[in-house]
Amino acid sequence: MGKFIGKSIKRREDARFLTGKGKYTDDIKLPNMAHAAFVRSPYAHARILNVDTTAAKIAEGVVAVYTAADGPGDYGVPCGWQVNFKNGDTMREPQHPLLAKGKVRHVGEPVAIVIAESLALARDAAELVDVEYEELPAVTNPKAAMQAGAPLVHDDFPDNAAFDWCIGNDRAEVEAALDNAYHVTELEFINQRLAPNAIEPRSYIADYDVNGDKWTLYTSTQNPHLIRLLLCAFVLGIPEHKVRVVSYDVGGGFGSKIYHYIEEALLTWVSKQIARPVKWTADRSEAFLMDAHGRDHVVKSKMGFDKEGNIVAHLTDEYCSMGAYLSTFAPAVPTYLHGTLFQGLYKTPLIHVNVTAPFTHTCSVDAYRGAGRPEATYLIERLVSKGAKEMGMDPAEIRYKNFIPPFDGVNQPGYQTQVALQYDSGNYAPVLEKALEAIGYEDFRKEQEAARKEGKLLGLGISTWIEGCGIAPSAVVGALGARAGLYEVGHVRVQPTGKVSVYTGAHSHGQGHETVFAQFVADKLGIPMDDVEIVHGDTEQVAFGMGTYGSRSLAVGGSAIIKSIDKVLEKGAKIAAHKLEAAVEDLEYAEGKWTVKGTDKSIAFGDVSLTAYVPHDYPEGLEPGLDFSSFYDPSNFTFPFGAHLAIVEVCAETGKVTIKRFVTCDDVGNIMNPMIVDGQIHGGVVQGIGQALLEEVVYDESGQMITGSYMDYAMPRADNVPMIETHNTVTPCPHNPLGAKGAGEAGTIGSTPAVVNAVIDALWHLGVKDIQMPLTPQRVWKAMNQN
Amino acid sequence: MQIKLTVNGKEYSHDVEPRLSLTHYLREVLDLTGTHIGCDTSSCGACTVLLDGRAVKSCTLLAVQADGCEIITIEGMANGSELHPIQAAFKEEHGLQCGFCTPGMVMTAADILKNNPTPTEAEIRHGLEGNYCRCTGYHNIVKSVQRAAETLNQ
Amino acid sequence: MIPTKFDYKKASSISEAVALLKEHGYDAKILAGGHSLIPAMKLRLNSPGVLIDISGIEGMNKIEEDGDAVIVGANCTHQQIASSGLIQKEVNILSQTASTIGDVQVRNCGTIGGSLAHSDPAADYPATVLACDAQIVVEGGGGSRVIAASDFFQGIYTTALEDDEIIVAVKFPKVRKGSYQKFYQSASRFAVVGVAAVQAPDGGIRVGVTGVADTPYRATAVEAAYDGSSSAASHAVDGVEVMSDHFADAEYRAHLAKVMARRALEAL
Repeated sequence: MGKFIGKSIKRREDARFLTGKGKYTDDIKLPNMAHAAFVRSPYAHARILNVDTTAAKIAEGVVAVYTAADGPGDYGVPCGWQVNFKNGDTMREPQHPLLAKGKVRHVGEPVAIVIAESLALARDAAELVDVEYEELPAVTNPKAAMQAGAPLVHDDFPDNAAFDWCIGNDRAEVEAALDNAYHVTELEFINQRLAPNAIEPRSYIADYDVNGDKWTLYTSTQNPHLIRLLLCAFVLGIPEHKVRVVSYDVGGGFGSKIYHYIEEALLTWVSKQIARPVKWTADRSEAFLMDAHGRDHVVKSKMGFDKEGNIVAHLTDEYCSMGAYLSTFAPAVPTYLHGTLFQGLYKTPLIHVNVTAPFTHTCSVDAYRGAGRPEATYLIERLVSKGAKEMGMDPAEIRYKNFIPPFDGVNQPGYQTQVALQYDSGNYAPVLEKALEAIGYEDFRKEQEAARKEGKLLGLGISTWIEGCGIAPSAVVGALGARAGLYEVGHVRVQPTGKVSVYTGAHSHGQGHETVFAQFVADKLGIPMDDVEIVHGDTEQVAFGMGTYGSRSLAVGGSAIIKSIDKVLEKGAKIAAHKLEAAVEDLEYAEGKWTVKGTDKSIAFGDVSLTAYVPHDYPEGLEPGLDFSSFYDPSNFTFPFGAHLAIVEVCAETGKVTIKRFVTCDDVGNIMNPMIVDGQIHGGVVQGIGQALLEEVVYDESGQMITGSYMDYAMPRADNVPMIETHNTVTPCPHNPLGAKGAGEAGTIGSTPAVVNAVIDALWHLGVKDIQMPLTPQRVWKAMNQN
Repeated sequence: MQIKLTVNGKEYSHDVEPRLSLTHYLREVLDLTGTHIGCDTSSCGACTVLLDGRAVKSCTLLAVQADGCEIITIEGMANGSELHPIQAAFKEEHGLQCGFCTPGMVMTAADILKNNPTPTEAEIRHGLEGNYCRCTGYHNIVKSVQRAAETLNQ
Repeated sequence: MIPTKFDYKKASSISEAVALLKEHGYDAKILAGGHSLIPAMKLRLNSPGVLIDISGIEGMNKIEEDGDAVIVGANCTHQQIASSGLIQKEVNILSQTASTIGDVQVRNCGTIGGSLAHSDPAADYPATVLACDAQIVVEGGGGSRVIAASDFFQGIYTTALEDDEIIVAVKFPKVRKGSYQKFYQSASRFAVVGVAAVQAPDGGIRVGVTGVADTPYRATAVEAAYDGSSSAASHAVDGVEVMSDHFADAEYRAHLAKVMARRALEAL
């Protein structure tokens, strides 16, 4: 703890958001700005026979109309991660054109773009574009996509597989262990497709400057530098120094704003064609059709136990949809962000995960809050709880029995899993103990029994989760197919007066970096928080960066800043030593000044910084200035963990599930700002509850999305959820300077299985062993009445 | 069509197309971009403003329907640099993360508290049913409204 | 989301609105609160050439007692209806129903006349309008007339209104006791099933059901079987073709109708 670290400092960004002064992309208005509207495919799969833009081109206010024939971005949008087939064959990577060429492969795919003087006129003219289609059969379920005779998404591939992949122990060995197990629990289900639904729709403004042959792209992204890299080097072939990408305030991301989308590339291209700024902001309807979805795994799992309840083996086969095209990080999600988490918190000696990743005639699937890890946690935690039920064991007891023993990663080595990763540090029993104590576990069981006698169906669900985040060591991810490094950049510029500007490659879209980063910077430098400014989201200000996702900002981005602070202090000490006429070794730095140990001789940080910029009386040979940039490449992922408990009541008449209590005990390593960590947990938990009870993207057989608006896609509202009771333990990350692990995805990863386990706990005595998510009243009622 | 209305205490008169929504009027014509658009179906509440003192979804009103009305947007809540008690409560309780739904939440909270100065947690949650937030899980928003109620009742 | 272009006419009287309707025919739509119409126009599912705004017509947003009835002006908002002391006292079920519609903001704008004229099969009012045996007062080119609730709803988005007719008011007989029970669709918060039951003056009951069939209906089988207990609820979907959708298939929806009916009867 310092003066600021560990304190619930109120957020400095709130003032602008609370007064309506936030600057989201759609709030920006440029002189002479044109507006874009898209003509999108109404079919999931169709041949484009003809596109007639004649009427649109002469419509009121129209500036231009473009189709694929106009040749925007020859290469299309690339994929940033390559996962090859098990047999070594290269991943099948279709071209993802900016405007559909020849065929459309999912509902909503853009066929033409109309630019007009106003948004209304662009919309009007878009309706005048006449596209002639020949509708073709579609496939939307990833398992069905791999059956013989399934419609092909890409004609040039022999089947719909983008790749297949496996990890863990030898399959035969795992199967043999399952054959010999005392008890085998099985589950078959769909981890349903979700729409991320950041409340701010994606928005882009591309502004081409004829004079400098330069662009500014304002974009609602989680990672401006990555967008610039992909846009320039892969899509449009523009030198990077000619494009500035700016991402001011972003209204939530949850993964969906990581990716490089065709609309932002197309707008950049269009802006040069018309030599004007051009804006496009998605409607919610477009967001449903286009923003990369999450999950969509068809799962078949088996977990074997010995007589005492020890897990002996785990085998899972999955079909994980990629959608029609490969989104930026899509191949990593059901593989390296998923299969590598199958160890869970348990000592499971034998694990095998087998994934087939097909194309389907649907929106692309990519990382959505948790990304692969919620899917892993869900199936592990369902299997463990189901296994306990079947074996007549207590669900807490079976977990204690199987937990990996504590290891701090310093005195004890990290834990080597069966699925490639090595956990950094962990102490798993205390999180469950603390959560069970908070919820009053023993008392609840009595209450549950009594309630059941009155016909009330109460249930308690446990989920103990782990995730790999702080993404990620570049060499490791490189070996796993990433086409980018996943380090982070932290630049600390000490101004002559001792005020500090920090430029981070991480990006805040709700996480509060401007406050949290300033907290630890101020503490490390011993200066007031008001003297520290955090800058992000502009490629022209921040040297480079990989952005924010995978709960990485503090663990990776924060560590990069710490590296630069260390350099500042190291150089500052040399200046201070010179001024104090002492040796560097004799100085200590605290509370914003260097002091000669054992004396009252000191020099303040601001005096040193002034000296650095006015180097009249200055160490010989030392460069002026106090300005350092660092790249931090983590040596490992971080592995936060926790226990989530839900108490639910199921209405016996209607099947409606009400969450009565939700208790968490999470260990996210060292905590900079408890208020913000709690906020991350609250939000994450509720998103996870959304998956458990409400949310599902549904495509019908023909590939039409039947949940394409808030009239049909249900998300948690204020009255669907209770207060979230949060607790924590602290097991520092041993390999980064802040000891932080990451909290952004924790809630979502832990909560979903807790809720489903609670519902099953309420209904087990009625013979209900599993219910497909989301646990809608209809599904619950049908499960209760199946016999 | 010519409309005349008062927004945040200031009178405006503009000739607008009938199809212009009140949200677009506020954002595009008056440059009051604090009122946001998050959906197409009157579901998310990000566009909530006060129209003659009542919370309404401005995306589902035409600017011409607001002719002669008095409108308060998020920009009209604070008194100079002093935050309105509801705004201050959201800051104190960390009732916002990305900030996008926040203006709508604050304006809806104003309606809730005007009609029910001492709401229970359940009443607050029910009152916020027309506003989606994807970041906070509502926990701290509910606490913000509770705190605002306390402040306003002092 | 922006509608196609249209003309906007603000009517200052009912006769002016009727005349405008006559003049523009099919191309015109009445704009009341707009909370059904404007979303449909934004999605370009509906593209009228002329909107006739009736919200400013004097006298159409009043709630008045009229002997044994309460007359609710068509422009009364759901919020006005939910919070009216008169309605809470004399037709409490109507207040209950209004308070379940949409959310605070929607209730502040949406009107009873607009909702009834739109006639969404999952709307809430129809169940209560039917159970109360309310009368829809309309005015049109042929003068004014009164349509019985049981004659008003004719199908999905279809009513007994003539093209040049406007709902002016709804006349609700006072109801001693009534209960509206709704099972919410989790996304839209419309009714998957809504059942309204009221005690009729003759000692029997009247039951209206929305959300279950493509047209809201009087559950006459429940009314006939009513014996003072809630067992008659099992007849809630007798003879009805039950709708099926993503949220509730026919089997589940029929079950919900019986549960909601039972709850409504129990509350009497």
